[in-house]
Amino acid sequence: MSVPKDYRYTDSHEWVRIEEDNVVTIGITDYAQEKLGDIVSIDLPRVGDEVERGEPIGMIDSQKASTEVFAPVSGVVLEVNELLNDDPAVINTDPYEEGWLVRIEVEDLEQIDELQSADDYEELLGKLDDEEG
Amino acid sequence: MTAHGDARKTFLYDEHVKAGGKMVPFAGYWMPVQFEGIAAEHHRVRTKVGLFDVSHMGEVLFRGPRALSVVQRITTNNVGTVSPGKAVYTPVCLPTGGIVDDMIFYKVSDTEWFVCVNASNKDKDYQWFVRQAEGECEVLDLSEQYSQVAVQGPNAPALLARVFGDDVLGMKPFTFVKKDFQGAEVILATTGYTGEKGGEVYVPNAAVVALWRELMQKGEDLGVAPIGLGARDSLRLEMKYCLYGNDIDETTTPVEAGLSWTVKFDKGDFVGRDVLVRQRDEGASRSLVAFVVEGKGIPRHGYPVLVGDLEVGHVTSGTLSPTLGIAVGMAYVARPHDEIGSRITIDIKGLRKVEARVVQSPLVKR
Repeated sequence: MSVPKDYRYTDSHEWVRIEEDNVVTIGITDYAQEKLGDIVSIDLPRVGDEVERGEPIGMIDSQKASTEVFAPVSGVVLEVNELLNDDPAVINTDPYEEGWLVRIEVEDLEQIDELQSADDYEELLGKLDDEEG
Repeated sequence: MTAHGDARKTFLYDEHVKAGGKMVPFAGYWMPVQFEGIAAEHHRVRTKVGLFDVSHMGEVLFRGPRALSVVQRITTNNVGTVSPGKAVYTPVCLPTGGIVDDMIFYKVSDTEWFVCVNASNKDKDYQWFVRQAEGECEVLDLSEQYSQVAVQGPNAPALLARVFGDDVLGMKPFTFVKKDFQGAEVILATTGYTGEKGGEVYVPNAAVVALWRELMQKGEDLGVAPIGLGARDSLRLEMKYCLYGNDIDETTTPVEAGLSWTVKFDKGDFVGRDVLVRQRDEGASRSLVAFVVEGKGIPRHGYPVLVGDLEVGHVTSGTLSPTLGIAVGMAYVARPHDEIGSRITIDIKGLRKVEARVVQSPLVKR
């Protein structure tokens, strides 16, 4: 399971990449896409929407399940990955690059610091694996 | 997440791993959820033939001179006075009319019935059977002895004939025969959970790997491949076949669930009859409907169903139909909104609302 070192993470399996100043890109982790299986559709916020940390901002549907995407930080949606409308399965094949979901202008930079490091997230995945035996 | 360290393996586990199956814990067993991909597997079963390992399911035998009265009393359908060799789908109800489980009764003789029950309910069912039988007949749990393989799809009869003989081709739906497979006695039934032709084979554990390999090998030119639980779910949903725990449970009755055709009120008394008679005469206050979504979003178990601002029910199952290419589902909907053609709204976890329409079932005609 891939966990890039320079990204930040949430308990609910979103990743955050810091782009510049107060702009971040958000997606779901390799673990999350693997759990979901073949992704068939997505529902994302619109550019300009205000999102609040911890609140659902979208939905990702696979053939077998649907999962909410939660905002890792509060802010305003600057950009949405339009590529996913035509080919949501990109999230399966490239969750950390081409499969990004939205870019957000962060309201409070401290919220980024409060996210998990790659090491912490890997530790979480280790625990989840143990639980599943 | 719950701990799954104690999940068991079916006798076909190694075959699945070798075939690239993605294994997940389900009803206490490690089961393949998918192989080549759920949609591809779904299409394969609709157009060619697929193999399902359903060894997690339970098998029970009722036997004895007074077994007839026991099986008639605990089921709603007429499993008793049909001819030997017939398979009958039936709910088993509580006195409240709530469904203990849904299952298939195979009538072996006038004194013997072989029953296949849901994996998640095997222990509960067995205890219920023993209690209801009150010592009037033997009730044997055979789950540890049997594995089960479902062979489903338009090419399934041809494949089964190659393995078990051409007489299989003349079998009517919902019948069964005993067959020899490499010295093991198997039960071959023309039943299934996909809406396709084919059958289900109950096979002693020791012979199941050989049977699985023979089906794979002899079916190669027929397009056979293993199919996971994911496609099993989307296939049954397109047919509006109920999944216990999702669409039916102890709080729902066969009349509400659209299973009135499995309730034979004139067969004599049976557990739950009083409540079901009342629901039949007065009409149930809600019913399980099939619907298609007219917009974006996939309905899932538990989502509220609205008409205007009023909550009139909830979704029990939902998926993107691989055959139709649109989202479909099943839901309990209050009268009168449960009529064919009714417009309903699905509340997708408070995120968005999508329009849907109640339609006739099955969702996909076979």
